[in-house]
Amino acid sequence: MNATITLATARRIMSQLRNDRRTVALMVLVPTLVIVLLYYVMDDQRSFAAWAPVLLCVFPFLVMFLVTSIGTLRERTSGTLERLMASPLAQLDLLLGYGLAFGVMACLQVALALTVSLTWLDMRLAGSLWPLVLVSLLNALLGTALGLLCSAFARTEFQAVQFMPVVMIPQILLGGILVPRDQMATVLEWVSNVLPMSYAIEAMKLAVMGADLNGDFWRDVAVVAGSILLALGLGAATLRRRTP
Amino acid sequence: MMSSNDPAISVRDLRVTRGAREVLHGVSFQVPRGQITGLLGPSGCGKTTLIRAIVGVQIVAGGQVTVLGEPAGSPDLRRTIGYSTQNPAIYRDLSVQENLRYFAAVLGAPRSDVDRVLEEVGLTEHRRQLGGTLSGGQLSRASLAVSLLGSPELLLLDEPTVGLDPVLRKELWTLFSGLADRGVTLVVSSHVMDEAARCQRLLILRDGDILADDSPEALRSRTGTMDLEEAFLRLIEERLAA
Repeated sequence: MNATITLATARRIMSQLRNDRRTVALMVLVPTLVIVLLYYVMDDQRSFAAWAPVLLCVFPFLVMFLVTSIGTLRERTSGTLERLMASPLAQLDLLLGYGLAFGVMACLQVALALTVSLTWLDMRLAGSLWPLVLVSLLNALLGTALGLLCSAFARTEFQAVQFMPVVMIPQILLGGILVPRDQMATVLEWVSNVLPMSYAIEAMKLAVMGADLNGDFWRDVAVVAGSILLALGLGAATLRRRTP
Repeated sequence: MMSSNDPAISVRDLRVTRGAREVLHGVSFQVPRGQITGLLGPSGCGKTTLIRAIVGVQIVAGGQVTVLGEPAGSPDLRRTIGYSTQNPAIYRDLSVQENLRYFAAVLGAPRSDVDRVLEEVGLTEHRRQLGGTLSGGQLSRASLAVSLLGSPELLLLDEPTVGLDPVLRKELWTLFSGLADRGVTLVVSSHVMDEAARCQRLLILRDGDILADDSPEALRSRTGTMDLEEAFLRLIEERLAA
């Protein structure tokens, strides 16, 4: 690992984004627009208050998952990955470069969504703001890490995009949004227990409710952070210097 | 340290399989330093696989590949080898200059290298253009420029002149000769026989075997023809008759 190379990689990915303004606009605006849509669909402050934090969880994850898996797949198919694997760049330099660049994007995304939610949409925040931002960012990084990992199993863009519902929908269904986790069938609850999104959603709810940020919150944060490291490690293992 | 008389590349009994098919059937050869070695043969004969094995990005089934005194793929070699893939490995959504700056940072090459290699491949006036808007020939020159960053000791170029007009092709071969004169070792693959005449040494590959490993002059006299294309055909006939 080499900090210069990691930073150069993050800067390179930012330049790629700068040259693709429409993607940046979609990444930053779509979550906010959907939250606004949700506000008017619910038309009821209480249901909205329950759902908004969930969207703040899901969106950074979803968008980062998609852009990262497509981005790495493009590196594989364009031959730039092979060029990098023949260079002094370490696998983690590349992964952290993606994580950093998309982490910045996630910040913008969350900042806009939160600003609009807290002002225009009267979302009430009982506690302070930083736990919310922390959890959103962790979710974005989790999306990045899982996107990198899944892209290793996709040969084409079609396959890469199909991984999104595979990874996403079970986590949303089992994440305690539709049915509280302790009311699920035992097997499903076990599955739910090993999905990182369950912890992210719980942490987000605690952050929005302004509950005392006690052991539960930090346990959830630790689980999500651990999942990020695990996915990054596995992702790094799938980037081979030698290929068939 | 190795002496300058040692070969730049030494390959022994290299076998590579891709899927169920054996692509290279135990090839052995050496590449001398400071020369241009042409790697010739029809499409699909194993040129790219051989170059990838020398770079150290190919999984090999057997044999030894030694590059500049180290086993192929050693971390020390990653700064000393320049590698240009057959398909231009360039970010299409970055300008030529942004591409070069990034790879220069990865290789630890000085920033001034960017202007130098732009000049060398004749892309200075296109440096601000996005990769995706370049023509095929410009794209492959941009990819070639990346491999020249950091002044590598060994350059492995997979079909660097495909799709270029004769003037540009001549300019690039002049560049290659200049590099060889400065002591750089080049391995250049091509399926165009007329490029062979510009190499000091030729490796002719067919169906995963080495058909010939000689200088262009020696090949011409051995096969009794001035035309290398014809020489290639005679080598195949010779092999089939044997």
